[in-house]
Amino acid sequence: MSFFSMARLLFKSFIKGPETILYPLEAKPVFAKTRGKILIDMESCIFCGSCERRCPVGAIKVNRATKEWSIDRFSCIQCGYCCEVCPKKCLHIDNYYTEPSAEMKREEYQNA
Amino acid sequence: MGKRTIIPFGPQHPVLPEPIHLDLVLEDETVVGAIPRIGYIHRGLEKLVEKKDFQQYTYVAERICGICSFMHGMGYCMTIEKIMQIEVPARAEFLRTIWAELSRMHSHLLWLGLTADAFGFESLFMHTWRLREKVLDIFEETTGGRVIFSVCDIGGVKKDIDDNMLAKIVTVLTELEQELKTLTDVFLHDSSVKHRTCGVGVLSKQAAVALGAVGPTARGSGVAKDMRTYGYAAYSKLDFTPIIEQQGDAYARMKVRIGEVFQAARLIKAAINLIPEGPINVRYKGNPTGEAFLRIEQPRGTVLYYVKGNGTKFLTRFRARTPTFANVPALLETLKGSSLADVPVLVLTIDPCISCTER
Repeated sequence: MSFFSMARLLFKSFIKGPETILYPLEAKPVFAKTRGKILIDMESCIFCGSCERRCPVGAIKVNRATKEWSIDRFSCIQCGYCCEVCPKKCLHIDNYYTEPSAEMKREEYQNA
Repeated sequence: MGKRTIIPFGPQHPVLPEPIHLDLVLEDETVVGAIPRIGYIHRGLEKLVEKKDFQQYTYVAERICGICSFMHGMGYCMTIEKIMQIEVPARAEFLRTIWAELSRMHSHLLWLGLTADAFGFESLFMHTWRLREKVLDIFEETTGGRVIFSVCDIGGVKKDIDDNMLAKIVTVLTELEQELKTLTDVFLHDSSVKHRTCGVGVLSKQAAVALGAVGPTARGSGVAKDMRTYGYAAYSKLDFTPIIEQQGDAYARMKVRIGEVFQAARLIKAAINLIPEGPINVRYKGNPTGEAFLRIEQPRGTVLYYVKGNGTKFLTRFRARTPTFANVPALLETLKGSSLADVPVLVLTIDPCISCTER
């Protein structure tokens, strides 16, 4: 047991400065494996629909007839299941999360 | 006999991490009884097992709770592996153990911070959570997420930790243990903390056994029950003995949890020393048929999983009996005879995780 241990700790952190970062002026540091939003390479997509069947929340919709792939970014839970089951490996997880938005709409991609 | 009044506690209260309602029956300033009401976070997750197939359900099981998320995913996967008789590779068992013990550390550090906040010691709360950030950074670097990992899967784990990262985890844990020593000395020896926790909320050993208390709530009263002694995952290869205290008051439960933080750091370092090379998951075919029970030790106590499948990809039943559900009767027992000002500390001392209680 030592005396004034909290006081010494508080003094040290006063000298060192805050531990928090001044977000959004500073960017949050990310690691290589950080899971953010899902990105698709439309050139390689074959519209098999595996990602739509596997998504636990139903955020992805695939339309083979019109060659459309759409995702509801705010339903997506960033689990990465779609990326694992994609046979062509055209889906991958970006390190950055979906930006806030004022509109509720799906993001649609076309491979015309 | 004094006049009895009923004071509502919760569902909104600054000290509660999740909403629970207690009607406290008071005589003057002493609590003579408490009537609980739960159901504020019920999301019907057990019914959802009929709509999501058993592989998608791994992601739902993880999201039952934010604090114990990895262990819910791990327990569900282990139960399915028991039904389908899948043998998980050794490296995956060790990785699961490492993540599970890191989860235990982060959960207990969260609890210590909340307890300090409950008796108004806000600077201690902030410093404990500052140290918890180091554990969350390890999670983000190894799994991609700070709270929900999506890394446990039926048949093993999905992501590997390479040797550099394992060495880094050992370095971070060694620094963390040093800094934690200062803070835990404050928790255990500071006179204001001792005034608020010593002799408060005593749960006798007979009451703990009769009411079915689990986890640190029971181990603080001298009941030597810890599911890790049964040797699931890699615990059979690690040297583990549960930490028991005898006094049964809030101070004893705090000592158990602090001891478990340091024990978890030692277990992780031992697991990193012993981890074998090899594959991290194994392929399997088919759907689960049959039923299985499984018990693992979450940070809050023993959790029991029951899964029943009928051969299709949708399970018929999933049940998780979580530790806070078992500790609520023990909480009501400790509240009898305490004073009103001690109620927030006592509610926190069982480490309530209401999202787990009411899936």
